[in-house]
Amino acid sequence: MTDDKTYQPLALNVPEPGCRPGDTPDFSYFEVPRAGAVARPAVDVDPDDMREMAFSIVRVLNKEGEAVGDWAGALTPEELREGLRDMMLLRAFDARMQNAQRQGKTSFYMQHLGEEAVSCAFSRALQDGDMNFPTYRQAGLLIARDYPLVTMMNQIYSNADDPLHGRQLPIMYSSKEHGFFSISGNLGTQFVQAVGWAMASAISGDTKIAAGWIGDGSTAESDFHAAMVFASTYNAPVVLNIVNNQWAISTFQGIARGGVGTFAARGHGFGIASIRVDGNDYLAVNAVAKWAAERARLGLGPTLIEHVTYRAGGHSTSDDPSAYRSADEGAAWPLGDPIDRLKRHLIRIGEWSDERHSQAEAELMDQVITAQKEAEKIGTLGGGKGPSPRDMFEGVFEKMPPHLIRQRQEAGY
Amino acid sequence: MAQMTMIEALRDAHDVAMEKDDRVVVYGEDVGYFGGVFRVTAGLQKKYGKSRCFDAPINEAGIVGTAIGMAAYGLRPVIEIQFADYVYPAIDQIVSEAARLRHRSAGDFTCPIVIRMPTGGGIFGGQTHSQSPEAFFTHSSGLKTVVPSNPSDAKGLLLAAIEDPDPVIFLEPKRLYNGPFDGYHDRPVTSWKKHPLGDVSDGYEPIPLGKAAIRREGSDVTVLAYGTMVYVAEAAAEETGVDAEVIDLRTLLPLDLETIVASVEKTGRCVIVHEATKTSGFGAELMSIVQENCFYHLEAPIIRVTGWDTPYPHAQEWNYFPGPERVGEALKKCMED
Ligand SMILES: Cc1ncc(C[n+]2csc(CCOP(=O)(O)OP(=O)(O)O)c2C)c(N)n1
Ligand SMILES: [Mg+2]
Repeated sequence: MTDDKTYQPLALNVPEPGCRPGDTPDFSYFEVPRAGAVARPAVDVDPDDMREMAFSIVRVLNKEGEAVGDWAGALTPEELREGLRDMMLLRAFDARMQNAQRQGKTSFYMQHLGEEAVSCAFSRALQDGDMNFPTYRQAGLLIARDYPLVTMMNQIYSNADDPLHGRQLPIMYSSKEHGFFSISGNLGTQFVQAVGWAMASAISGDTKIAAGWIGDGSTAESDFHAAMVFASTYNAPVVLNIVNNQWAISTFQGIARGGVGTFAARGHGFGIASIRVDGNDYLAVNAVAKWAAERARLGLGPTLIEHVTYRAGGHSTSDDPSAYRSADEGAAWPLGDPIDRLKRHLIRIGEWSDERHSQAEAELMDQVITAQKEAEKIGTLGGGKGPSPRDMFEGVFEKMPPHLIRQRQEAGY
Repeated sequence: MAQMTMIEALRDAHDVAMEKDDRVVVYGEDVGYFGGVFRVTAGLQKKYGKSRCFDAPINEAGIVGTAIGMAAYGLRPVIEIQFADYVYPAIDQIVSEAARLRHRSAGDFTCPIVIRMPTGGGIFGGQTHSQSPEAFFTHSSGLKTVVPSNPSDAKGLLLAAIEDPDPVIFLEPKRLYNGPFDGYHDRPVTSWKKHPLGDVSDGYEPIPLGKAAIRREGSDVTVLAYGTMVYVAEAAAEETGVDAEVIDLRTLLPLDLETIVASVEKTGRCVIVHEATKTSGFGAELMSIVQENCFYHLEAPIIRVTGWDTPYPHAQEWNYFPGPERVGEALKKCMED
């Protein structure tokens, strides 16, 4: 069948970011809702009655550094100072490890610059026994739970005390004890595993919950959609976190998002409660995380959270972002810096000062350097004491099968 | 002719193919504006426009699936999987769809696509940037599998892959991108710019798939290798003094049986080298083929030197990588038997 109407030739739509190297950054399209403007619904809200929350942004800290609106007031000054400390420690840790990689002490590193609030604030909304299924950019989950810095560094250096025996890439930590599932490196795979862990808690009549993590770019993976349908069908006690830091290596978030308004709005097709939060606002992330965790623990089902933030640094030590985005974009990013914002707030409420901040900065850096010295005394990648080559053959199976024993012997270990 | 790195040669192949045939479209993760994390496609978007070279969402199944659809329409997609380690989400599209489309539709639909991916270790990439998954592909009927070992072949074979009427898996040993690597990780690598095989022919000169190349002539033992292991085998032969004939297979499927058989009949001995894990690796296939075709000429058992049957480790990379020492031992052992 053919009709006789004539059509214009079709053309392929390839989304482009507003700004490339040499352009002046322009975030005027990016609407920043007023802090306090988004109401906090009851945790047993029908997801249908909060659909607009997938398009707005929950924000607590305003320009003046005040905490305003329904979502404010959940943290004591002491808890806020702890939050600030977590973020500052993560930033100091990143700075040293980024530099250690440059000095050839390890092969690779990935930092959190500008995104520290997301994992640090979320971590303190979970309880012992809950399980995160993180990506490589959530070390704040460990830092905020006092996982030893030296152990993290031993892993980064693949030295003899690396708990993962040199097998995994730097920063692909694992700690069941700290509610931190082993990081894979293959994008998206773990989002759906988080749902499975949560389903297991429900099957077992437990009260624990899980949290899945994924980047904006990785929401394009089929596993993201698999996670959503399982979470929705089984009403799983899981918090599903999308960290939208605007970039996936050189690819801007529009390539993964396509024509849809927001990443959070993806939840609507599955009937999942979906919220966007200012990922650079420690108070907002923590409040939304607690809300979602409570919902999950009460058996009210999954929540999809889009943390809106900005990857202020390179993707990894192998990346040079000046090749694909404007160097000024970070400074123009409308949600500011998470550490500066919490610091301002604490000063504003009379619970912090510039002097205390500088002092804390120096102390935290000392703490990192002390840990680094300790780790480097053991070894760095290719220097000092490393894991045994034998470790490569161990742990493939619980009991080493004969063919691996033969290979290990042939290898001479 | 011009001296090029493997990356430049691959880029040139894309350029020549896109210039010649406007059905050729190129896409993958970070492939468009940035030109790929290894920069193979750099400049192509600028030259040919965004509808012929573009960034893809991070979904390998989607990248391959859309390529199959484009091929069904009549285009010639050349797609990049950022690392071979990330091809697994696309296995269903490759194995159940691309590989079988011609057969199941009795030629009604075909699938002339090229799926490129960097493979192999040697860059401290750990278990997610080091794998050699060639056997998954050679095991699935309907796919051709190519592994170039130098810039000249990389260009010629990629051009042949693009014009091939069937799906081709194109595995690029990333450790060879900038120079021939013989496994001595503590020694500097000579650049392709100073290597005879870095001399790449201009314009459109495809190198036919299914033809091996003899990299080193010898009379003692035949070494079957591909990708990085070609240089490891050459180094092992030089060091041990064993007069090995090193065959660079270049295409694993279809395989150049003639060259292999002629060599093994001449030497009476055979060592097979690959970086992938041993069990059910492509070496097992090669071993069977040599046994089936050359049994009465063999004077010693065939030996395989491969990666161990473990995930590719980070810190123990050089204990895992089958370097010249292990290959040399095998050459000597093969001569003693
Ligand atoms: C399955 C898979 N495909 C591709 C990659 C390569 N890769 C690593 S990180 C990355 C970008 C991810 O971006 P995003 O999800 O936004 O996370 P971000 O790095 O911004 O935190 C890509 C493509 C991978 N690790 N796994
Ligand atoms: Mg991202």
